[in-house]
Amino acid sequence: MTNSTPPSKSTTTPKRIPLTERRLLKLARPLIIIAALIATWQIIVTITGAPKYMLPAPYEVWVTLIARHDVLLDHAKYTIAETVIGLFAGATLGALAALPMALFSPIRFWLMPILLVSQAIPFFALAPLLVLWLGFGLASKIAMAALIIFFPVTVAFFDGLSRTEPGWLDLARTMGASRWRLLTHVRLPAALPAFASGFRVATAVAPIGAIIGEWVGSSHGLGYLMLHANARVQIDMVFACLLILCAFSITQYFLVDRVLRAALPWQADSLRRPGQ
Amino acid sequence: MHTIEPAPLSAQSPHKPVLTGVQTRFDIHLHDGRVAFNGDDIFHDLDLTLPANSFTCLLGPSGVGKSTLLRYLAGLVDGDANGDITCSDAKPLSGRVAYMAQQDLLLPWRTVRQNVLLGAVLRNQRPDLDRADALIGDVGLSDAAHLRPAELSGGMKQRAALARTLMEDRPVVLMDEPFSALDPLNRMRLQDLAARVLRGKTVLLVTHDPLEALRIGDRVHVLRGAPATLADAIIPDGKIPRDVTDPDILRHQAELLRQLGATPAELNRAEGAL
Repeated sequence: MTNSTPPSKSTTTPKRIPLTERRLLKLARPLIIIAALIATWQIIVTITGAPKYMLPAPYEVWVTLIARHDVLLDHAKYTIAETVIGLFAGATLGALAALPMALFSPIRFWLMPILLVSQAIPFFALAPLLVLWLGFGLASKIAMAALIIFFPVTVAFFDGLSRTEPGWLDLARTMGASRWRLLTHVRLPAALPAFASGFRVATAVAPIGAIIGEWVGSSHGLGYLMLHANARVQIDMVFACLLILCAFSITQYFLVDRVLRAALPWQADSLRRPGQ
Repeated sequence: MHTIEPAPLSAQSPHKPVLTGVQTRFDIHLHDGRVAFNGDDIFHDLDLTLPANSFTCLLGPSGVGKSTLLRYLAGLVDGDANGDITCSDAKPLSGRVAYMAQQDLLLPWRTVRQNVLLGAVLRNQRPDLDRADALIGDVGLSDAAHLRPAELSGGMKQRAALARTLMEDRPVVLMDEPFSALDPLNRMRLQDLAARVLRGKTVLLVTHDPLEALRIGDRVHVLRGAPATLADAIIPDGKIPRDVTDPDILRHQAELLRQLGATPAELNRAEGAL
């Protein structure tokens, strides 16, 4: 019997940049990017000499952001709630649609064409109808966000479920696997990385759904606030809304990415392999 | 990911294998086997006998249908296939076969130990943890039982796959080039290990390496042609694993190469090179 003894880790660990230095760089990178973007913005304002009601300077937007933070945060609450609930509702529905399609071919043959046809409808055009049916409140915006992300999640998850490594299926068959156990212990976990890709895309587009819904008809939310401010030529306020929206979207994306990475540690990630 | 190489052979632990189940006591006969893809017969009228607890190797050029024959015996061919598979104890073969492929087929989200336990989990049975640990020890992976496949070397992955195959404790083991992706030294170690731990079972091993077949096989068949036909078994002497420098083994190798289609001139050159 061979007795495999792992060699000490230090022999295989590649030479690294000192930890503190790498950490500093990692923290500084987003700050440098933000600073560069703000500088570009200021340069454009200076060169074009655009008036405040067309393109406010970064400093003016900052002043508005501070002065009106109570109003902004109050409206942001609604948009964030709509986005997050819509994201989870849409992802759940997408997963629930993909599962039976992958498992039962009759369902696949009937549902897939419907799904494809549904993509021909411009969802933004549905927003007025959703507001009409579901009212001015949260429901119509949640529905809008959920509708937009339903398709990418369904397609990604369906793809993952229908591309189980054939060798695993052969192996499971010779092992006498039950259909249910094969699903829960092989096909589902194997499809999770694909589902995660769909969910990442969904995370990025979900705020769009909420904002569109708010534009069409609402009394709360950043979309509502933007439209309102735009009509009154308070462009600094519009920009303040956009900044909050950006900050939220980025935070949400990175949180989701973190959670997904932690949940799927086996996922091949060639970009993060040490020593490459 | 860092990989851990298995220790050299000299570091073998002294304990005996805990193996295994019962000796296989039935012969398997395939009569008039036929498998076709897209209307073309891969083989037909094929007869093959796997005597009880023998280690049979199946050689043949790439694409001749070795894997198809193996998969047919494993019950994995769904399409156009027929034939009689009978066992001398009059019970069906299906459900008594363990399968090992060229790829390790380890699930990347499960540790070595969890992969070894996969069969019981998929059948919703209570897993025998002690047996799993003992088998993991037998294939030399005790220290790696908690690692995921991405942290293992190629040789270690095939060891884990071998432990998973043994865990099934089936009387018949069908193996499809399980060692072909390994470096020569690891391949030799895995051959020895497999020959040892699979003793008592009826084994069919598909390989493209005549020396591998002669090293660990009780019987060696060549499959060739289209539709493929099976040559009579070559039955080398000597204790397994055999010495591949033995003149008898080299003579058998020349015969196998001839059956595989080598010309006399090629054979002479091969002999000169040896």
